[in-house]
Amino acid sequence: MKHSEVEILDAKTREKLCFLDKVEPQATIAEIKNLFTKTHPQWYPARQSLRLDPKGKSLKDEDILQKLPVGTTATLYFRDLGAQISWVTVFLTEYAGPLFIYLLFYFRVPFIYGHKYDFTSSRHTVVHLACICHSFHYIKRLLETLFVHRFSHGTMPLRNIFKNCTYYWGFAAWMAYYINHPLYTPPTYGAQQVKLALAIFVICQLGNFSIHMALRDLRPAGSKTRKIPYPTKNPFTWLFLLVSCPNYTYEVGSWIGFAIMTQCVPVALFSLVGFTQMTIWAKGKHRSYLKEFRDYPPLRMPIIPFLL
Amino acid sequence: MGRLTEAAAAGGGASAARSAGPPPAPLPLSSTSPGCAATMASSEEDGTNGGASEAGEEREAAGKRRRRGLLATSWLTFYNIAMTAGWLVLAIAMVRFYMEKGTHKGLYKSIQKTLKVFQTFALLEVVHCLIGIVPTSVLVAGVQVSSRIFMVWFVTHSIKPIQNEESVVLFLVAWTVTEITRYSFYTFSLLDHLPYFIKWARYNFFIILYPVGVAGELLTIYAALPYVKKTGMFSIRLPNKYNVSFDYYYFLLITMASYIPLFPQLYFHMLRQRRKVLRGEVIVEKDD
Repeated sequence: MKHSEVEILDAKTREKLCFLDKVEPQATIAEIKNLFTKTHPQWYPARQSLRLDPKGKSLKDEDILQKLPVGTTATLYFRDLGAQISWVTVFLTEYAGPLFIYLLFYFRVPFIYGHKYDFTSSRHTVVHLACICHSFHYIKRLLETLFVHRFSHGTMPLRNIFKNCTYYWGFAAWMAYYINHPLYTPPTYGAQQVKLALAIFVICQLGNFSIHMALRDLRPAGSKTRKIPYPTKNPFTWLFLLVSCPNYTYEVGSWIGFAIMTQCVPVALFSLVGFTQMTIWAKGKHRSYLKEFRDYPPLRMPIIPFLL
Repeated sequence: MGRLTEAAAAGGGASAARSAGPPPAPLPLSSTSPGCAATMASSEEDGTNGGASEAGEEREAAGKRRRRGLLATSWLTFYNIAMTAGWLVLAIAMVRFYMEKGTHKGLYKSIQKTLKVFQTFALLEVVHCLIGIVPTSVLVAGVQVSSRIFMVWFVTHSIKPIQNEESVVLFLVAWTVTEITRYSFYTFSLLDHLPYFIKWARYNFFIILYPVGVAGELLTIYAALPYVKKTGMFSIRLPNKYNVSFDYYYFLLITMASYIPLFPQLYFHMLRQRRKVLRGEVIVEKDD
């Protein structure tokens, strides 16, 4: 069999970094990345971006050398993506924080509120309910990260963990401070308001979970295939008829429910910021669905049925 | 804070690319709070001003202008002329006041209306970015203008006792010189007749103006602190039915603290951009 040769140049300096001879033509980019790591161990595969053109798009790990527009000697350009961290690690860290931090405020650990309140408990039912809901939400997220989600990418840049944790942990502390404060004021419309909010919250949590399960079932274990998601027998998934990312829709719904339940402005702000970010993601996802699938259902909007 | 592009640095000072669109290597001059630096790293649209040589950028700028359309160009030209005029009027009013009264006390009061009109009008620059007739990112422009609006409306306008502080004059002078230079730079760029001294001013004044402006702003906020604490203005305390609190005094302290990491980054970025442009300029002149 005729072997190929691969030379890897630095995308910025054009310096020759590595020359691989006797590469199988059927080799994948992933395999080439592994070979490259042997000569440059500090650049593990996850932080390598290989492309055909120094300014072009990154080649995918699954791409096969033979199928690329190269001769028997392929020239690939390398860019260092920087230190990488796995998505699972990031998710676990950013979700464990709020779970733990909220409880610090709930139990009124010393040095947060005045000393006379140390380790006291709120006299409002809704405060206990809020703690259960908030904790449930993040436990659900942690479990989904460990057992449900199938990630397209293995890693993300390391600096993201600092950015993400600041966001999640910061907001969790801010919300928890007010909800568990000795001077907390329960909702204006009392038990009615709390019951309605709880119903919204529970429905949206179930909805969000249903979507995550449906998305998981779309993709076999270990694969990176992408398919159009469709409604299943589970009524919560019928939202797929109207939106591309019902998981985000339900997530916003959950937080709106939590905001109504606690009647707390920081929670409302957190919902708003989250909604803004998820809308950006949903629009991006919607656009890539449209690009990838000719027969994508035209009725669907990215995140809010008929509107957004 | 990594990828501060040139125009991005404009965020901290005058938002260079904001109103004029494709100016050659824009550079910030106004000494607004460096708070904008935080968002600058996200300004990817400012790539036009990433330090290409002057000649190349002007050619590119001309191309962009053609694409922009006659209406937009006419509007931007009018806008920049109006703003140049406005800040000139402000400058003259300030000089005249000082010449007549011999003191800075009462100066702010005498020019406050004009200042508020022209500084608030700058909100339009965010719209320019939104509709795309100027290549700066909306976020960058937004943060810049917000920091100016904050200073004018939430500090000097709202906290009357500090209006006669010397520090107010300090930042007013810095802002005025900066804005006149910046807006006339845009105006002449749009008209395709940029006098060298305006370009020179734009790339050199900031060296003094930026620290002067920052000093003025910080000292003013510092002077305002006791009044804010005493009156509890703009603050909400617990308990209240929205379960939120806000302490304007601590907010001001945090704002002041944010200058510390942001100002040096911005300033050194601007110095680097200046060096790049001046070096490029020498090459162009040789060809002449």
